[in-house]
Amino acid sequence: MSGLIEVDALVMGGGIVGSSAALALALKGQRVALLERDFCGSHSSGVNYGGVRRQGRPLSQLPLSQRAHAIWGGLRELIGIDGEYQRSGHLKLARSEQDMAALRAYAEASRGFGLDLQLLDRAQLRARFAWAGDVAVGASLCADDGHANPRLVSPAFAQAAKRAGAQVFEQAEVIEVEHDGHAFLIRTASGLRLRAPWLLNCAGAWAAKLAAQFGEPVPMHAGHPAMLVTEPLPMFMDVSTGVEGGGIYARQVARGNCVLGGGQGFALDPSRARPGQAAILEILRNAVELYPPLAGAQAIRTWSGTEGYLPDREPVLGPSLKQPGLLHGFGFAGAGFQIGPAAGEALAEWVCAGRSAISLDAFSIGRFQTPAAPAIANNVIPLHRGRSST
Amino acid sequence: MTQPSIVIVGAGPAGISAAHTLLHYGVQPCLIDEGLRGGGQIYRRQPQNFKRSAKALYGFEAAKAVAVHKALDQLAEQIDYRPQTLVWNAERNHLDTVRDKRAGQVEFSRLIVASGATDRVLPVPGWTLPGVYSLGAAQIALKYQGCAIGQDVVFAGSGPLLYLVAYQYAKAGAKVRAVLDSAPFSAQCRALPALLGQPATLAKGIYYRGWLSAHGIPVHQSAELLRIEGERRVSRVCWRQNGEEKQLACDAVAFAHALRSETQLADLLGCEFVWSPLNRAWLPTHDESGRSSVSNVYLAGDGAGIMGADAAQMAGELAALTLLADDGHAIDNRRSTHLQQQLARITRFRHGLETAFPFPEGWALNTPDETLICRCEEISAGQIRAVVDNGHWEINRVKAMCRVGMGRCQGRMCGAAAAEIVAQRSARSLQSVGRLRAQAPIKPLPFGLETEQ
Repeated sequence: MSGLIEVDALVMGGGIVGSSAALALALKGQRVALLERDFCGSHSSGVNYGGVRRQGRPLSQLPLSQRAHAIWGGLRELIGIDGEYQRSGHLKLARSEQDMAALRAYAEASRGFGLDLQLLDRAQLRARFAWAGDVAVGASLCADDGHANPRLVSPAFAQAAKRAGAQVFEQAEVIEVEHDGHAFLIRTASGLRLRAPWLLNCAGAWAAKLAAQFGEPVPMHAGHPAMLVTEPLPMFMDVSTGVEGGGIYARQVARGNCVLGGGQGFALDPSRARPGQAAILEILRNAVELYPPLAGAQAIRTWSGTEGYLPDREPVLGPSLKQPGLLHGFGFAGAGFQIGPAAGEALAEWVCAGRSAISLDAFSIGRFQTPAAPAIANNVIPLHRGRSST
Repeated sequence: MTQPSIVIVGAGPAGISAAHTLLHYGVQPCLIDEGLRGGGQIYRRQPQNFKRSAKALYGFEAAKAVAVHKALDQLAEQIDYRPQTLVWNAERNHLDTVRDKRAGQVEFSRLIVASGATDRVLPVPGWTLPGVYSLGAAQIALKYQGCAIGQDVVFAGSGPLLYLVAYQYAKAGAKVRAVLDSAPFSAQCRALPALLGQPATLAKGIYYRGWLSAHGIPVHQSAELLRIEGERRVSRVCWRQNGEEKQLACDAVAFAHALRSETQLADLLGCEFVWSPLNRAWLPTHDESGRSSVSNVYLAGDGAGIMGADAAQMAGELAALTLLADDGHAIDNRRSTHLQQQLARITRFRHGLETAFPFPEGWALNTPDETLICRCEEISAGQIRAVVDNGHWEINRVKAMCRVGMGRCQGRMCGAAAAEIVAQRSARSLQSVGRLRAQAPIKPLPFGLETEQ
C-alpha cells in the first residue's frame, strides 16, 4: 500500500475530456492526478469514428465547439502530434428535398456561430465531389471541419498531461470515493489512495454511478455505434461525410482505408461492445449507393465502443449542485471527440476560477433534478441511425 | 436462418472425424468449411481434375489422407456439408457465414470449433520479396496445384514441417539448395527420450533428414536466417552459423517456425484463454474431453493448441463423444478414455518436439529495426520498438499506436512476431503483453453482400 497522494484536483476517467482537463489543469500549475480504469483513450475516446465536426451539433454546443475548433487548430503544439488531424471539410449529404430543406434550416439557424456552411445543390455537389452517389440531391459543406485518428489523439492528451506534470495512473480502477467535509478521498483497486478538494467526474458511459453517489442520479444509457474499416483503397475523397437524418457516415484516411459507421451494436458486458452482424451487413449493403467507389472493396475490421447518452443528447458538463468541489463532464452522446478538449478546458477553468469562460448552463446536471422533463433537441443525429434508403 | 443444430467449423482431420462420430450416433451435424474440398491443410485435396496419386501427394500419410477423404465423401451426402463457406463472426448461439457473396446465419445448439493452424512466421529482412513463402504455403502449392515455389529452393526455420516440406519438394523434382534449421543438433538429441513415445512419427522425421542427406542436400543446423536478398525476387539467402556469415543463391525460400493456432472464432465465442508456454501463445482453455469454458462450445485439433493431424483426428472424435454425452446420448466411455490417454501420450511427444525444435530465443533481440513485421500495414520492428519505448507494452495498445496487426490479416500472420518484439523490448514476459483481441470479420468481407432469408 502506497502513501496518500495529495493533489489539487482528481480526474476520474482518462478519455479525451478527462485527459484534456488534466492537461489544462497541469498547464495552469495545478497539482492533478488522472485516474483511468484501463488505458487512457482506450474506450470511446479512442475507438470512435474520428469525426472532428461542428456541423450538425445542437446550437447550444456551438460556442464550446468553436472554442474546441481553435484548440484543434493548435493540436501539435498542445499534445505533440498531429494525430492525422486534417481540416478536410465535413460534408453532410441530403437524399431528398426534405433533407435539403433541413440542411438549409440548420445553416440559417447556425449562421451567427462562424461555421461558414456552404449549401451545394446537385450540380455543385457533383462538380466538387464527383464520387458522390446519385442518391445525394445536395449537401452542406463545413469546409473547416475535418477528421483525425482518435486512437492517437486521445491517448496523446493524457501523455501531454503527464509531460505537463500531471500524475497519470492507468489500470487504476476507482473502487471507493468519499468526501470528508473538506476533500475527496479515493481508493483504487491497484492500491492507490488519493485526496483532493476537487473531483472531476469524466468517466464517460460509467459516470452515472459517481453522480448518483452524490445525490445526482441521471437517466444515462449506453450506446454502441457499429463501425468498420476497409482495406486501403485509391484516394477518392478527403472530406468526412455524414447524411442528414442519419444513416451511414464515412471518411477516408490518408493511407486509403475508409472508416464507416452506422447503426447500433450491442454490449458484451459493461465495458465491452460489438457492432453485431446486422449493423455490419447493413453498412456493407447500403454504403455503395452513397459512396460508389466502395463497390468491390472489403471490410477488414469492425468494432464498437460504449458511449453515454442522456435523453436530450446533451452532455452533463459543469459543477455538481449537491456536492461542492465535484465537477461533471460526461454523456457526450457519441459526439464528444471534437468538443472534448474544450469541455476539459472549461472544467479546468472552474477549478481555477470558479467559472468558465463559456457558459455551461445548458449542460447543467440540474436539468435532471427538476420535475419537468427536459426538451428533446430536434437537430441532432438520432441514436438509432436508420438505413440509408429510408 | 436455419433450425438450431449441432455445427462443426472446419473440415480438416478434427472436423471430419467429429462429423463421422456424430453421424455414427445418428446425429447429422452441419459441417462448415472454408475450403473447396475438405481435408484441411494437411490433407488438402488437389482439384478434381488433377490425377496425382495419393502416395505422390501425401507420402507416408497417404493411407490416412485417403481415409479422411473417403470419410468426408461418405459423410457429405448424409449431413449438411457446406464447403467454401467462411465463418466471419460468431455470437452466443449463432455463426455468421458468407458464401459466394451471400451472407447467412447458422444457429447452433452445440458447436465444435476445429479451426486449425497457420505457420508461425518470424520475419527477416527481405521476407516480403516475391519468391518467399511460409512452409505451409509452399507445401500447399505443391499438394494442391502441383506447383513448386521455385527451381532452386531453400527451406529455413524450424519444426517438423521444415524437413517434411524439403523432402516433398526434393521428391517432386525441385532442386532443394539447403535446409537451414535454427535448432542445434544437440537439441534434437536431448529431445530423443520424449520423442521415443511416438516411435513411428520419430522414425519418419529421421527418415526425411536421412533421405535429404543421402541425396546430397545440405542440412545446416544452428543456422540463423539473417536476411533474404534480391532485386525483384529472391536471389539469395544469408544466414549465420557458428559465428560465420554464409550465403547461398536461390530463387525461392520457404520458412516458418512451427505452427500457431487459429483462435479468433473461439475468442469471438467468448471462450476463456490461458497462457500455453509450450505453444508460446494464449489458447482457448478446454478440459481433457474437449469442452471449452463456454457450455455448448467444444474445441478440437490444432486450433486449440498445436498437436498435429493424428491428435486432431482423435480430438475431433473425443469432442464429438463428449458433445453426445452432454446431449444425453449413451456413448462408449471406454473409447473416450482411450482417446484421452492417446492424446496425453501425444502431448508428451509434443513437449519433445519443442525441445528438438526450440524457439529461437534471440530472434526478437537480433531482428534489425528495418525488418517489416506487419506486411499488411507495413510496420517495421523499429516502429514497434518506438511505441514500446514510449511506454506501451500491452499488445492491443501497441496495435492501436502503430497499426501492427491492423491490416487484412488482422494479426494472424504478424501477431506472434509482434508480441515477441514487444515482450523483449519492454523486458516483460511474452505472457504479460497479452493477446490481440479478435474482431470480426475473421477474414475480409466484401461490400454489396446479399443476405439469405
